[in-house]
Amino acid sequence: MELDRVGIDVREIGFRFGERQILRGISFEARAGEVLGILGPNGAGKSTLLRLLAGLLEGDAGTISLGGQALAQQTPAERAKITAFVMPVQSVPFAFSAREIVLMGRHPRLSHRWLDASVDLAVVEGAMERMDVADLGDRLFSRLSQGEQQRVLLARALAQQTPIVLMDEPTSHLDPAHALAVARLCRDLAREGRTVVSVFHDLNLAARASDRLLFLKDGVVAALGPSDEVLTAPILKEVYGIDARRVEGPTPQVLLEEP
Amino acid sequence: MRGLGARRFALLALGLFLVAAAATIMSAFMVPEGESFDLAVALSDPESTARLQWDLLWPRILNGLLVGAVLGASGAALQGLLRNPLADPFILGVSGGAALGASAVAILGWGALMTEAVGGFVGAFLALALVTTMATRQGRLRPLDVLLIGVIFNAFAGALLMLLQSLGSSDAVHRVLLRLMGSLATDPSQPLILPVALGGLSILMVSLVWHARALNVMALGDTTAQSLGIAPDRVRGWLFFTISLAVGAVVATAGMIGFVGLVVPHVVRMIFGPDHRVLVIASALLGGAFVVLADGCVRLLSESLLTELPVGVVTALIGGPMFIWLLRRSEGEAWS
Repeated sequence: MELDRVGIDVREIGFRFGERQILRGISFEARAGEVLGILGPNGAGKSTLLRLLAGLLEGDAGTISLGGQALAQQTPAERAKITAFVMPVQSVPFAFSAREIVLMGRHPRLSHRWLDASVDLAVVEGAMERMDVADLGDRLFSRLSQGEQQRVLLARALAQQTPIVLMDEPTSHLDPAHALAVARLCRDLAREGRTVVSVFHDLNLAARASDRLLFLKDGVVAALGPSDEVLTAPILKEVYGIDARRVEGPTPQVLLEEP
Repeated sequence: MRGLGARRFALLALGLFLVAAAATIMSAFMVPEGESFDLAVALSDPESTARLQWDLLWPRILNGLLVGAVLGASGAALQGLLRNPLADPFILGVSGGAALGASAVAILGWGALMTEAVGGFVGAFLALALVTTMATRQGRLRPLDVLLIGVIFNAFAGALLMLLQSLGSSDAVHRVLLRLMGSLATDPSQPLILPVALGGLSILMVSLVWHARALNVMALGDTTAQSLGIAPDRVRGWLFFTISLAVGAVVATAGMIGFVGLVVPHVVRMIFGPDHRVLVIASALLGGAFVVLADGCVRLLSESLLTELPVGVVTALIGGPMFIWLLRRSEGEAWS
C-alpha cells in the first residue's frame, strides 16, 4: 500500500485546563518514517499532548501542522483519514464483536455507505491477522481480556490505513511477548513510511520501539533526542527522580536501582 | 457486520411476516362475535358492513405501525446515542415533553391537529434539549445523568400536565386526557393524523439510516467517534431534532405509549446484534408489529371489559415484565 508521507510539526503548543496549565511551549517534529516515544511521570501531560496531536483537544497557544497543513483547519473527517489514534481500553456498553470494532476503523472511508465493501472487509482481516486477533473476530469485545481488547483496538487503528499513528500506552495490558510485538509493529509502521508517536511507561520498551524519545515533565519538554542519547541516568534522575543504571546493547536498556 | 447482506433479507422477511400476522390477527379481533369478515367483500362492495369495518380497521393498523415504528427506532437510536440501554423516548421525558406541548396547545384553545402536532414536536425537542443540557458537564454528556434527569423531568411534566388540566375547560381536558392515555383509533374528521405520523417516521428513518454507521461508533463514546472522523455533537443534535420531530408527531396523534422504545431494541439486539444499520430498521418493523399486536389485545379485551383500554396499558403490561426478564438475563454484562 502506498502512503503519503505526513510528518508532524509542533510549535510552541500550550494547553490549559481551567486554572491549570497542563502543557506549555512544546515544540518538536515527528518525521515520516520515524517512531517518536513520549515518556514522563504521571500527570506530566503525555496523554494531553497526544490528544492535541489527534485533534481531540484544542490548544490555547501555538500550532500543530500535519504534512504542512494546519491541524486546526482540518475537519474531523479529513483528520481521521490522516491520523489513527489508539486510546486506552474502554468499556463498550453493547455487544459488538471484535470484528465489528475493527471494522469501525473503516468509518472514515465508508461513513454513510450502508453495505461493507469487500475491500474494507479484507483490510479488516489483514489488520486483525497482523495484531494476532484474527481468531477472536466473532467473540464479544466486552468479554475479551484487556490485553486482547488492546490488540483489537490496535487492529482498528491499522484498519484506518493512515499515514500517522498515535498510541496512548498501547502496551499497558500486554504480556511481554505481545508488548515486544507492539514495539516491532511501531518499527514496521515507520519502515512503511508512517509517522508513529506513542506514549510509553516502560522505558526499555520505549527505547526498543522508538527512534527518538521525548521526555515530558510538568508540562514542558525535559529532553528530546535519539533513544541512545537521552535514555541516560542523569535524565532519568531529573525526570522521574529515580536512580538507574544503563546497560549497553543493540538498544540501550536501563535497570532501576533501589535508592 | 459480516454477512449483513444475507441477514438483511432474513430480517425484512421476518419483520414483514410479523407485521402481516399482527394485522391479520387484529382484523379478526375487530369483528363482533357471530359475524364474519371478508376482505374481498369489503373491497368490492362499498355499501357492505364489511366495508364499514375495513374503513375503521386499516387506518388503525397503519397508525399502529407508524407509531410503533417511530417509538422502536427512536429507542434504538437513543440507546446508542446516550450509550445507555435504558434510554427510550418515554423515560427520557421526550414523550412527556411532547404531551405537555400538545396539551398546552389544545387547552389554550388553539387546538387543531396540526398545531397540536407542532406543539408536540416543540415540547419534545425542548424536553430533550433541556435534559441533555442539564446532563452535560464540562462539555461532556453524562449518560447516567441523562437518565436521572429524564426521570425527574417526566415527573415534573406529569405535574404540569395535571396543572394544565385543572386550569383548562372540561371539554378540552377530557379530549386531551383521552389522547394522552394512548389510542390508535383515528378520527375521520382529522384526516391529517396518518400523513403527520408518516412524515415524522420518514424523516426519522432517513436520518437514522444515513447515520447508522456513525451510531455504531458513537456507542463507543465521543472520543472514539471524534478520532474516527465524526463530529458527535453535530450528529447527536441532528438526530435529537429528528427524534423529537417524529416522537412529537406520534404523541400528538396517538398519546403516550410506553415501553415500545425500551423493549423492542433489546429484543432486536438479541436477534440481530448491536449493528445500528440493521438495528434501527428492525426496531421500526418490530415496534410497528408490537403496537399493532397490543392494539389487537385492546380490541379483544374491550369485548369482555365493555370498555376500551388505552393501548399504552397493554404495551406496559407486556413490556414491563419483559424488560425485567431481559435485565436479569443480561447479568450485568454488556447488553446483547
